[in-house]
This record gives sequence, structure tokens and C-alpha cells, in this order.
Amino acid sequence: MKGSAIRRVLPGFGLSLGYTIFYLSVIVLIPLSGVFIKTAGMGWSDFWHTIWNTRVIAAYKISFLTALSAAGINAVFGLLIAWVLVRYKFPGKSIVDSLVDLPFALPTAVAGIALTTIYAQNGLIGSKLEPLGIKVAFTPLGITIALVFIGLPFVVRTVQPILQDLEKDTEEAAVMLGAHRWRTFSRIILPEIAPALLTGFALAFARGIGEYGSVVFISGNMPLRTEITPLLIMTKLEQFDYAGATAIALVMLVFSFIALLIINVLQSRISKRTTSA
Amino acid sequence: MAGAITAHLSEEASVRPKHINESGFVRFVLIGIALLFLTLMVVLPLVTVFYEGLKKGWDVYVAALTDSDAKSALKLTLIVSLIAIPLNTVFGIMAAWAITKFKFRGRNFLITLIDLPFAVSPVISGLIYVLLFGAQGFLGPWLDEHGIQIVFALPGIVLATIFVTFPFVARELIPLMDAQGVQEEEAAVSLGAKGFKLFWHVTLPNIKWGLLYGIILCNARAMGEFGAVSVISGHIRGETNTLPLHIEILYNEYQFSASFAVASLLVMLALITLVAKKLIEWRGSKWQSK
Repeated sequence: MKGSAIRRVLPGFGLSLGYTIFYLSVIVLIPLSGVFIKTAGMGWSDFWHTIWNTRVIAAYKISFLTALSAAGINAVFGLLIAWVLVRYKFPGKSIVDSLVDLPFALPTAVAGIALTTIYAQNGLIGSKLEPLGIKVAFTPLGITIALVFIGLPFVVRTVQPILQDLEKDTEEAAVMLGAHRWRTFSRIILPEIAPALLTGFALAFARGIGEYGSVVFISGNMPLRTEITPLLIMTKLEQFDYAGATAIALVMLVFSFIALLIINVLQSRISKRTTSA
Repeated sequence: MAGAITAHLSEEASVRPKHINESGFVRFVLIGIALLFLTLMVVLPLVTVFYEGLKKGWDVYVAALTDSDAKSALKLTLIVSLIAIPLNTVFGIMAAWAITKFKFRGRNFLITLIDLPFAVSPVISGLIYVLLFGAQGFLGPWLDEHGIQIVFALPGIVLATIFVTFPFVARELIPLMDAQGVQEEEAAVSLGAKGFKLFWHVTLPNIKWGLLYGIILCNARAMGEFGAVSVISGHIRGETNTLPLHIEILYNEYQFSASFAVASLLVMLALITLVAKKLIEWRGSKWQSK
């Protein structure tokens, strides 16, 4: 079945592949290459000064750290939610399962204004935290919460199918050999789902780095303190500094490509594991 | 990234023998934490949108939705989706056909390239078209000479939306068609089926639910896209403002009730998307078990 001669019995190879490559080039590849061409015309020292100064480095740091902590929080709670959905029975489970997808389906700007309202000083939760000295809106903590919202489905939906397919036998064996539940979890189950969990984490992290809509409202956009990298690009565009915007975009693109590469490697490992099992 | 969303909850999996399950108390606590987290992070924002939108009364809510700028934003959002979705659907089917029905070199690389738009920040998705078609862009002077406007106009918004929703249909179809193999199509070919007829009568019935789900996801994202459209639209009120941009403007003008009223439209779109997903999963699994 694997020989190409047999497969080409079906019609439309040339047309479908040709159209795919054409459309991909016109919509994605050629426009994206513009970023590289534009930056190439910039000159090295100009480029370096644009992508490496105090304000930009602060933005990288904020983007990186908030996305990292949000992905970490999602890894813990996402795993917990996937676990509860796969293994336990409780009323309304089907609705809970649907709600997990909401951040995928809800426009980011809507999430942004809703979260800002909740966590602002006079908001439902913000007003409770204020007396404790915790400020959420217009701080890095607020950015993190927005990114937790955005990233949650990535972890749940990558871990869930793996958890579902987990064989009961190994767990049975572990119990028979005298392992407690926690020990079974940490020694048997966790290593089994680790690649999926890591993939979910990486997906949430990659999404968080580039996220704009949900963050821009809650962050307050103060340079050096709560200005994320995508916002910096936006600011430069508004000042008609196209070269500057593009240079920073290039840094982000390179970072995203590396993240995508790592995610693909992780995902192919998972599929190998599930097919060999 | 959206390809990861098709998981089904099977009933038997949640009924486990006692010795490989947690105690009742632990289960109760874990379910409690999960529900609390989801309530705080997901349900609360949802409720907030409706609460804030209706806070100043039904009249203010209706006024915000029937405002002429809101109407033209809604119209623009619908037009953009109506152009972007069919284009990406045709692409998704073509790409999935090439990738799953044939073996060729660079197949995996092609899949990675299709995924690219997921990895790109929405702001950059808008920026690339400004670089290409903007006044200072590569094609800017030529477009200007011929009186064609792309940036700060409908074509730019459509392009940015197509880019952002590019992988959705393909990503949904590729794993599905891969799992189904080529036997049915080959049998049909040996019986004399040709070209488009083969796809229409043999392949399409097998993938219709997955295809529909891909289109629905694509639609939700197309109507809700903010960052990419924000870069390229120019925020011209009544002209190049989509619904999400209209929400932003109202919010920044401290018209919170109006802003949340318009936002509630998009929340309803999101909820419809989720219900549709459940229905499709349900129909799909029923259909598969036949």
C-alpha cells in the first residue's frame, strides 16, 4: 500500500498539491518573507539598536515571564481538569467539558475587557484583593491571568486523549506490587503523559508569547513595566516606524519558529508512542 | 494547534474499579478544585459580559446594538467571514487531499508550513500585509498609481483574516482523512469513478462532520480576530471597524455598557460554536458506530 505507484491511482495529485503550494505561498510564505527582506535592508547596527535596548528587553522579559508562568499554571490546572473529565463522573460533566473550549471560541478582545473589569480595583475580584495589597489589573499578574485564560484549552485538549487511552493494566500491576495511588501517579501515569503535558505547555507558552487582544486591555501598557512585545510592535507601527516594528517582529518570528519546531518534534514522539503501544 | 480539540469522553472510562481509583474524598476535592478554577477563569468572564452589558438596562443594550456604527461593524465582520471562510475551506480540502491521499517528499514539512500561521503573533499577521501593500510597502507605490487600496480597507482586513484562520480546516481534515486511508477511493476508481465525482460521493460523506467542525472553528476565529485586523484596518469608524474593533473603541471611550453589549453578540457566537461542536461530536460518533 505504501508504494507511490499504487497511491497515484487516485486523481488530482497535481492539482491539489499545486493549489496548496500556490495558496500557501501567496497568503503565508511571500508575505512572511517580507519581514526578512525589510529587515535585511536595515543595516546591522540599526537592527541591533532596535532589537536590543532597555525598553525592548523589558518587553521581551515581560512577555517571556508572563507566558511562562501562565503556561506553568495551565500545566497544573489543565492536567487536573483533564484528569477529572476523563476519570470521574459528576453531574454537568458534559457542560464542563464544553466550557474548556470557550477560550478557543471567545474573541480575545471580549476576554480582555471582561477580565479587566473583574480584576480592576473596583471589580468583582479586584476589589477583594485590593485590601490584601494585591493588584492584578495593570500589572504583570493581570497579563498572566489573561494568558492563563487563553492557554487553558491547549493543555487540557492535548493531555485528555492520552489520559483516556492509558491502559488500566499497568496501573493494576502497580497496585498489585503495592504502590499507593500517589506513587502510581508519579511513577507510572505521569511519565506516560509527560510528552503530552509538555506539548500542551509549549503550545500554551507559544500562544501566550504572541497574544495581543486579551492582554492589551488588562496590562495597562506601561513601558518597562507592563508592555508586552506584540504591543511594542503595534506602538512602533502607530508611529510609522515600520523598520523598527519589523525588526522586533523578526525576533518574535524566529522565536516562534523554534517553538513550532520543538512542538512538532514533541508531537511526533507522542504519536509514535501511541502507535507503538 | 486547533487539531488537538477532538477528544471524546467515553462513559466506561470514568467507571473504574475501586483499587485503581482515588478515594471518594480525594475525588470530591479534585472535582471541586477543577470546577472552582473553571468558574473563576471561564464562567465568570462570560457572566460579566452579559451583566455589564445589561447593567444600565435593556434600552441601553438595544441602543448599543442598533447604533449605526455597530451595524456597519457587524456587516463588515460578516462580509469578511463570508469571503475568508470559503477560500480557506477550498484550500483545506485541497491540502488535505494532497497530503493524505498521496505520498510525496516533504509531506511533513508541508504540514509544518500550514501550521505556521498558528505560531505567528496576530500583530505580525497584520504587519506582513502592511509591509507588502502599505504606502511605504513593497507594492505600495504601484498600487497607489493604479488606485487600488488594500491596507486600511476591506481587502487588507480579509487578507489578515485569511492568514489567521488559514490552518483551521486543513488541520481538522488531515488527521481524519489520514485515518480513513485510501481503500474506499481506490475501490471507487476501479469501478470507474472520476475526479470531482469521486470526492463528492465517496470522500465527502466520510469527512462531512470534521469539515463542518473545521468551518465552524474557522468562522469563530474569523469573526473574533482582533490583533491582526487591528493593525491593518486603520480603525475608520463605520468603514473599516469590525465588531471586535468596535468593542475596543467603545471600551476606550468609557462607554462600558455599550462595549459589553456588543461583546455579548460575540459571546453568543462563541456559545453557538461550542454547542455546534457538541452536536457534531454527537452526530459524528453516532454515525461512526453505524
